[in-house]
Amino acid sequence: MSIKTLTIDGRMVTGAAGESIFDVAWNNGIRIPRLCHVGGISDVGACRLCLVEIEGWPKLAAACLTPVEEGMVVRTQTERLRRHRKLIVELLLAERNHVCSVCVQNGHCELQDLAAELGVDHVRVYYRFPRLGVDMSHERFGLDHNRCILCTRCVRVCDEVEGAHTWDVAGRGVNCMIVADMGEPWGNSETCTSCGKCVQVCPTGALFEKGKTVGEMYKDRRFLKYIVTAREKRQWIR
Amino acid sequence: MSQRIVIHPVTRIEGHAKVSIYVDDHGEVQSAQFHVTEFRGFEKLAEGRPLHEMPGLMSRICGICPISHILASSKAGDMILGVELPPAAYKQRRLVNCAQVLQSHSLSFFHLSSPDLLLGMDAPVERRHLFGLAEQEPEFVRRGIRLRQFGQRIIELVGGKRIHPSWGAPGGVLRPLTVEARDEILQWIPEALETVEFAIDRFKAILDRFQEEIEHLGNFPSLFMGTVNEDGELEFYDGRLRLVDAEGNIVADGLNPERYFTFLAEAAEEWSYMKFPYYKPLGYPGGIYRVGPLARVNVVHSMGTPRADRELREFRQRGWQVHNESFYYHYARLIEMLYCVEKIEELATDPEILGEVVRAKAGINHLEGIGSCEAPRGTLFHHYQVDEDGVVRKVNLLIATAQNNLAMNRAVEQAARRFVNGLRLTEGMLNRVEAAIRCYDPCLSCSTHAMGQMPLVVELRTLSGELLDRLQRD
Ligand code: SF4
Repeated sequence: MSIKTLTIDGRMVTGAAGESIFDVAWNNGIRIPRLCHVGGISDVGACRLCLVEIEGWPKLAAACLTPVEEGMVVRTQTERLRRHRKLIVELLLAERNHVCSVCVQNGHCELQDLAAELGVDHVRVYYRFPRLGVDMSHERFGLDHNRCILCTRCVRVCDEVEGAHTWDVAGRGVNCMIVADMGEPWGNSETCTSCGKCVQVCPTGALFEKGKTVGEMYKDRRFLKYIVTAREKRQWIR
Repeated sequence: MSQRIVIHPVTRIEGHAKVSIYVDDHGEVQSAQFHVTEFRGFEKLAEGRPLHEMPGLMSRICGICPISHILASSKAGDMILGVELPPAAYKQRRLVNCAQVLQSHSLSFFHLSSPDLLLGMDAPVERRHLFGLAEQEPEFVRRGIRLRQFGQRIIELVGGKRIHPSWGAPGGVLRPLTVEARDEILQWIPEALETVEFAIDRFKAILDRFQEEIEHLGNFPSLFMGTVNEDGELEFYDGRLRLVDAEGNIVADGLNPERYFTFLAEAAEEWSYMKFPYYKPLGYPGGIYRVGPLARVNVVHSMGTPRADRELREFRQRGWQVHNESFYYHYARLIEMLYCVEKIEELATDPEILGEVVRAKAGINHLEGIGSCEAPRGTLFHHYQVDEDGVVRKVNLLIATAQNNLAMNRAVEQAARRFVNGLRLTEGMLNRVEAAIRCYDPCLSCSTHAMGQMPLVVELRTLSGELLDRLQRD
């Protein structure tokens, strides 16, 4: 395995060939914000929050999808990146209906935390206030499209880890929605195994356990590392 | 030519309102209306939301009495789940309800009403507020603030947060009460009891100065409605409804609040966003009834705690079994505050309240649920319909302040007839009209599910509606 040496935020770091800038940065304690990435499943670069500057590159690059290269000079925390990230979060908040004060995820939501971290104290674009439904047809879980940011973590974990491929994305642009099977109510899905992996990886209050009330939903994704390690290394350790 | 006086905004109440006073050619008041001029539509925006979100969502109706909404909402949820609460959850809810009534009543009495009561209705408006009073009676104000703090502290200790705690849920509450929290609550009791008794003594000492107001600020016959337990004692959290008439005769008893729609109905008037609930068997507007502290104290056989009962006896010795004078809402509020502190002590010393099991879990077992409780301002009802998946389809809220709407209108008219005289408006006149409203401590944010603090406008109009004078206070 060849080793690449590069500079991230002025620090000399090394990573294996094929490893993403994102992973190498995090392994070295450099936190790049993200909402769609989650360790253990593939990356799609949907949220654009991990954009970084690379010297000599004409465009910003998504750290989760860009493999490290020898001699790369990467910056993850510039003023320009901060501006972009802040706007992305504002756009996410404006796109659907995020009413944190009555949300099951209030207080432990990745989107909310990021908004706080980036200093989003108001949103500069108009809210769209779309009329979106809540799918409560599943016996154990609920899906509130109002809080979905289309990160597709649920789609990927269901496909890649559980192997059920219940979730998909349908529609285009603002009509884009997460759908179960071919657009069935979740409760009617023939493929869903009710394992709850999608719920646990969801970064917001979009997927939640039924019966949870305001601020009561905590997500636990330790299972992911456990399963992935078990599968890849045949070691059953937590 | 007749005229109309408008008081807008009405101050030191929760929310926005306007009063129109209609006067004839001689400046004599012919009628008056109390309008609520805002609208929020909480019932609508709850549609489509999961049932378990309702306590949190409904709590946002009001920052003064979020607990009442959490409780009524959680109770409606209990009914939909079809569960009986674990004893610890039941007791926690009762405890927090008392704390809520105590803090809200303290706010009403000390912060909002005592400037009128202690400084006098005609004291200059620049001084007739809490800060003016604090200069003159620092100890009184300090104690009042502490008492409210006690109520809020309980909410914080049990619920986790002073305002809008995430605590109540269909089936129970979110977490057990800790021993430390319970002990802290108990430590406050002696001071709280002393403060309430001190306030009652002050109030009784000045009561005689207000004969005129007692007579004319909403002194009229009506029904009174409140919740009582099996022994006819005061009950805030769960019990049966009783209605008594202006003489104290029981008109209806043992009414199940879950069947409220069989005996209560709501009328609407185009000049107000607030509806006009009435007691169905007597029709509209004959079925005018009052709720809240005065009503509760009027319907009970006894309070059920020793100190509050002693005060109730004295209260009743001051007149008939039943007081029709709205001014006595203040008095009733004080008696209830005493009851709350005594009840808080009783509940907090009950070891069951520390139980670890606080949530009954179940799926959707009924498609309709009604929850009611006694909020600081009167009986509160939340009525939900859900589908099989637990998605809310329809919501009806019957709020305490709205149930006093007919009575407040009657009180405003009576006060206007007595204190407003034609072509000129004075501060003292307007303030008495406002004070008539303030007796009910109305919370207009709740009752219209409306937003923000709103001030009052008073308009003086001719009988044909022509505007003659207008006074606004922010
Ligand atoms: S998912 Fe919930 S907590 Fe997170 S930002 Fe949206 S509304 Fe707020």
